[in-house]
Amino acid sequence: MSADNQFPQWEVFIQSKTGLPYKHVGNVHAADGELALQNARDLYTRRQEGTSIWVLPTDQIVASNPDDSDAFFDPAEDKIYRAATYYTMPKGAKHI
Amino acid sequence: MDVNEALLKYCLRLGDDAMILGHRLSELCSKGPYLEEDIALTNISLDLFGQTRMMYTTAGEIEGKGRTEDDFAYKRLEPEFQNVLLVEQPNGNFGNTVARQMIFSVFYYHLFKELQTSSNEKLAAFAAKSLKETTYHMRHSCEWIVRLGDGTEESHWKIQDALNDIWSYRHELFEKDEVDETLIEAGLIPDTVTFKAAFEATIQDVLDRATIEELEEGWKATGGRKGHHSEYLGHILPIFQSIPRTYPESKW
Repeated sequence: MSADNQFPQWEVFIQSKTGLPYKHVGNVHAADGELALQNARDLYTRRQEGTSIWVLPTDQIVASNPDDSDAFFDPAEDKIYRAATYYTMPKGAKHI
Repeated sequence: MDVNEALLKYCLRLGDDAMILGHRLSELCSKGPYLEEDIALTNISLDLFGQTRMMYTTAGEIEGKGRTEDDFAYKRLEPEFQNVLLVEQPNGNFGNTVARQMIFSVFYYHLFKELQTSSNEKLAAFAAKSLKETTYHMRHSCEWIVRLGDGTEESHWKIQDALNDIWSYRHELFEKDEVDETLIEAGLIPDTVTFKAAFEATIQDVLDRATIEELEEGWKATGGRKGHHSEYLGHILPIFQSIPRTYPESKW
């Protein structure tokens, strides 16, 4: 298949154990959600990597634009007080 | 026929069915219609070879003459294989491949559901393990048939043709001879007639969803269980067996 007659692309997320967050592992091509799920199962869970799968159409993802990096991410650079490590532990605090 | 002899033959038949279809699917490795499907089909192939190994190993134990799984796979001739003709049919186009797979998987899904309660522990354990794999193979092939049938005009007629071509091969799966009757009587295997209606209902549901018209009834495939094969098995075995026959003692 050439690039322009491929099935739509789906992003695959695998949960390795109940309760853990789903992790992005890659993508598959498939005609619809059920087949995307099957393809994801065949490609990404052959070695017991997961117990649950999410597939999402790639074109449904709203992504940030790299051109926006200055406005989006740089302002966080000098806000070191947002990290927990900025604060000294109060004396006597045992359960933080 | 005594029960042990029947059990040996039954295990070899299940092993032969799985192995020849497993080999057919392995022929598609690197030749699948697209990457994801290539891996899906070879995954199914690997599952079938796993099932083959269990059945051949069990057969070797029942026979008690020291024959191994490799001996059964590589050192038997065409008439000694007792697989159904369905599994040796060529891959054809993708529709032919999934039509063949659907009939096989739906049959074995219903067989394994019953066989997992066999009083023979080996058969029961084999069926319970294989049922999980087969349930997925069935889902995979059935969902494809729905999409091809209810897809484009071209995919519809291609899958309709593929199903018409392969439909007559289902009869052999339900055949019974002395081997089956001995084991049914001993209570070790289900009588296939008990799940024939369920088999047909499962397939009819898929065909309805796929907008497939009624399939053509023609001849009834037969012969495989007696070692009488179609022209294809004779071409499969020389390829499949060439390495161990050329280098009999080699290990890899």
